[in-house]
Amino acid sequence: MSELAEIIFRNEDQIRAEWIKDMGRSVQRTDLMSRAELDEQSSALLSAIVNGIKRSGPNDITTASWSGARELLAEISSSRARQGFSPAEVATFVLSLKQPLFSAIRKDLEKSQDKLFNVIWTATELLDKLALTTTESYMTAREELISRQQQELLELSTPVVKLWDGILALPIIGTLDSARTQVVMENLLQSIVATNSRYAIIDITGVPTVDTLVAQHLLKTITAARLMGAECIISGVRPQIAQTIVHLGINLEDVVTKAKLSDALALALQRSGRAVVRTAATQAGSGGLLSNREA
Amino acid sequence: MERIPVLRMGSLLLITIQVDMHDKLALQLQDDVTQRISDWGSTGVLIDISSLEIVDSFIGRMLANIAAMSRVLGAETVVVGMQPAVAITLVELGMSLPGVRTALSVEAGMELLYGAVAGLQSGSEDEPAQA
Repeated sequence: MSELAEIIFRNEDQIRAEWIKDMGRSVQRTDLMSRAELDEQSSALLSAIVNGIKRSGPNDITTASWSGARELLAEISSSRARQGFSPAEVATFVLSLKQPLFSAIRKDLEKSQDKLFNVIWTATELLDKLALTTTESYMTAREELISRQQQELLELSTPVVKLWDGILALPIIGTLDSARTQVVMENLLQSIVATNSRYAIIDITGVPTVDTLVAQHLLKTITAARLMGAECIISGVRPQIAQTIVHLGINLEDVVTKAKLSDALALALQRSGRAVVRTAATQAGSGGLLSNREA
Repeated sequence: MERIPVLRMGSLLLITIQVDMHDKLALQLQDDVTQRISDWGSTGVLIDISSLEIVDSFIGRMLANIAAMSRVLGAETVVVGMQPAVAITLVELGMSLPGVRTALSVEAGMELLYGAVAGLQSGSEDEPAQA
């Protein structure tokens, strides 16, 4: 057993008590987690570290004996990542063990300067490695969170709505990039086949800017729909966007564009040989109900 | 030899592609279609590709070619039932088949062709912008 292990083993209770006391004062966020939870995590981590050192020494934390400590740290940092801790705060949790540990070492090895230096060096290296592990796990947890949210956003943001028999609407919210265009295009084309729709209205009211790339993506979608035998109408072109399109010299001449979704629907109804007519307002319930009649 | 059948339906030709197209088959089809149009004096060609799942630039060009050749011989071409994946592939290949008419189903394609042949609907179907 190395000297570091012996020292920790002998002074475990004292180190733990000091560590927890210190932590209360320094960086820990009482607004995000309770004191009891913190104490529990610290105790568990210290035991896992002692266990790791006892079984395979402090030099290599990638061995199987350290797996308990590694898993515990990964769990702590990913739960903290979700709770909203900053990466620095998560790493400081481990690094704050240095002070109580070093003071215990100093007390033990007061007489030999060389030994003191060596043991402190080993301890520093060990704690730094463990702190880096927490940061790594923190990043992994965050990345997982981001990619899951991206996926959800993709699925949520491309609904295809059936407006009428044979008329679909696709309201696009947010910027169109290549990945989204792919999803939008596939969704739209699948729905065209599924509902046997001749007309598809792409509403771009929710698209903040239209540049050449977005326009190119739109044109691709429209061309694919045309190849399948459906016709696309773009609606929701805002005045600024109309100006941008003209200034950029984007050619939308082969595409029918309308300012409002209602205009596009009216056009689609007209093309499919339908008309909406006003009848006498009904007394009960909603007045001015529009009924329709197939022409 | 394997061959794609070209069926006669009144004044129209009906072609259903149900096998994987290879280049020889495509060339044979071009020969057959042009021959039949001139033999039977057909005024419309309907190509159903709803079973076609794999497409490459050669097949894309073949469809465009058949449409162009038919037009020279006085017949309109409609391609019907293209699968979403095929449509996406063709667009990614940069082939938008500008001269080819399309429809969702054989039924819609027939309507389109009869309309175009009879000259009844040509205004609303050909030039949507003026509708």
